Amino acid sequence: MLLRRREILIAALAAPAVARAADLPGVTATELRIGNTMPYSGPNSAYGVIGRTEQAFIRMLNEQGGVAGRKINFITYDDGFSPPKTVEQTRRLIEQDKVAFLFNPLGTPTNNAILRYCNQRKVPHLFLATGADKWGNWQDTPWTMGWQPSYRTEAQIYAKHLLAQRKEFRLAIVFQNDDFGKDYIAGMRDVIGAERFDATVKTASFEITDPTPDSQILSLQSTGADVLMIALGPKAAAQAIRKVHDIGWQAQRYLTNVSLSVGAVMQPAGMEKGVGIITSGYLKEQGDAAWRDDPGMNEYRAFMKQWMPDGDLHDANTVYGYALGRTLQQLLAQCDGDFSRETVMRQAAGLHEVALPVLLPGITLNTGPQDYRPIQKMQLQRWDGASWVRFGGLIEGAEV
Amino acid sequence: MSASKGLHPEAAIGPIAVPAATPAWRRGLYLLVGIAVALAPLVLLESFHLFQLTMAVIMALAVLGLNIVCGYNGQISLGHGAFFAVGAYATAILMSHFDWSFWATLPVSAVVCGVIGYGIGFPALRLAGHYLALTTFSLAVAVPQILKHKSIEDWTGGVQGLFLVKPDPPAGLPLSPDQWMYVVTLIVAGACFLLAWNLIRSRIGRALIATRDNPTAAEAMGMDIASLKTRAFAVSAMITGIAGSLSAVAIEFVAPDSFSIFVSITLFVGMVVGGVASILGSLFGGLFVLFVPNIAEAISKAAPGVIYGVILILFLFLLPDGFAGLLRRIGQRLRIRP
Repeated sequence: MLLRRREILIAALAAPAVARAADLPGVTATELRIGNTMPYSGPNSAYGVIGRTEQAFIRMLNEQGGVAGRKINFITYDDGFSPPKTVEQTRRLIEQDKVAFLFNPLGTPTNNAILRYCNQRKVPHLFLATGADKWGNWQDTPWTMGWQPSYRTEAQIYAKHLLAQRKEFRLAIVFQNDDFGKDYIAGMRDVIGAERFDATVKTASFEITDPTPDSQILSLQSTGADVLMIALGPKAAAQAIRKVHDIGWQAQRYLTNVSLSVGAVMQPAGMEKGVGIITSGYLKEQGDAAWRDDPGMNEYRAFMKQWMPDGDLHDANTVYGYALGRTLQQLLAQCDGDFSRETVMRQAAGLHEVALPVLLPGITLNTGPQDYRPIQKMQLQRWDGASWVRFGGLIEGAEV
Repeated sequence: MSASKGLHPEAAIGPIAVPAATPAWRRGLYLLVGIAVALAPLVLLESFHLFQLTMAVIMALAVLGLNIVCGYNGQISLGHGAFFAVGAYATAILMSHFDWSFWATLPVSAVVCGVIGYGIGFPALRLAGHYLALTTFSLAVAVPQILKHKSIEDWTGGVQGLFLVKPDPPAGLPLSPDQWMYVVTLIVAGACFLLAWNLIRSRIGRALIATRDNPTAAEAMGMDIASLKTRAFAVSAMITGIAGSLSAVAIEFVAPDSFSIFVSITLFVGMVVGGVASILGSLFGGLFVLFVPNIAEAISKAAPGVIYGVILILFLFLLPDGFAGLLRRIGQRLRIRP
């Protein structure tokens, strides 16, 4: 009898919370629904491993008791990197599955396609897996937030390093003629200053359909430039590095971190031909000897061993997925049981000095109501002929 | 290819003979039932499913375009995604740069695609079978990159693409934008299906089929094969382009990545599964290419492509002449029984 009465009491106490939860999309007394789109099929399906890592991470969270008494139902759909499919899958997530918010949908064109839809409906569109700069635009799209440093931030960091090193320089930029490449022009210009940039900097655009960037490199060399920014995808970057070396152009070279792969860029270019190239990073890498006994990377390795035994430890995408999983865990903890869309968005814009085990030491997540760029610091690294060697302190992107 | 050649001549001629036997009141009844079935989702489905159905009808329209040149005229095209893209961009550019209404962009998009299709039709005269397939395939490969080109970037928005807005429902109609989009799609697609149906049953339609089945005989009977083939390409491109226009407003966004080579392959799959040389089959093809990938994904997230492939093979095994062939067989049985 006593027990019965206690049960009723508990039920009565719990009732208002249940009633309230029922009003919130994606939130029930036992479940929190979160949506995601990934290219599990199609030409970019290599990125699908990010989604699988996140699924594994959430499985782990659920086994450990979930968040605020609820299990997370992570609904992730394949969009094949096709914007119309992303629209369809996102509408399915929001209108049919009624998810509370979207987490880490991947791709620039795909997220572009749902940008307005999410903001019209006021659905948090969080921590997008793309490096475009526009996701930090809190004024126009207050429900959308990126995660990783944007290409523009990265370019600002190179420009800062350049300005700190030399007063006089003649900069040349070879860039891929798309949103990715153009962000490097924008970032360099932010720091160098529009006037000086326009007067002194030479640029050459490279179409992804061009067989090689050789002619661009030759024409830039002939301008007498002594600093070269290479904003090209992996294949063209390898060709550019080789060409610059072969024509004996002694320029200080910066390389986009999209193309820092040893296997896909530095080896094909010729290991010794890239000595001295500077790029940047923000995540730890399995291949870096410095992290052999690192507690943070050990956490990652333990997670992979138990929850994703078939995953590749060396795949940077799994490190990335793990970092995103930890970010989600932090966000949900900060929400403290209130998963309304407003609260989720407010907490996403309220990350302060959040350290993740796989970020480089000193790099933390920081956001605010007027700062939708969680990671803005990076560390430079230089190619020594065999591997990337980190040097100097962390550098932050400029305020623009 | 073999599907179009293997088609029984009487099957293709079948629909031509039927109307004579169907009294007018019955045809009217069919039409009313058809309209009722088409409008029912407006009240039965909520917005997401209505959106999916809208997309399926749009794909069906694009498949219909392909069917005219491939199915009825026997010219293999693996590049109809290109016309789909051109139609979408024509509408997107006019709507976002010049604030045209959606309806006004439709004729422009149709004409642009028709002219391009007519142009593609000429090399097609000299290229047959596999060679034509490869030529059109290269067109589909080229289009997304052309759309990114810097010389037209001010118009196309480059890789960032263009945003546009769905047409608003006319004042006084109690419809949501999604419902209105469905109605718009039905009106446009319905008109195109009706026109295509009439075209195929006409003298020109018979000429198209004759050209496919035996060009020598057709020419001997006085048909101008060159003009038939190029015009078939033009009409086909026009219909697929109109479907592209509809998709642009339904999605409210166009970007080069929306029109990869897979669009062309998808349309081809839709045509074969729905039924080569079948108007109604195109409708089933559209439904198939939109809904089956979702079913495949529901079965396995790890390898949706494999499941899709298996379903596709099963369909081709069980329904070698597509949905349309199944309907045709059922129809024949019903006719024999009474």
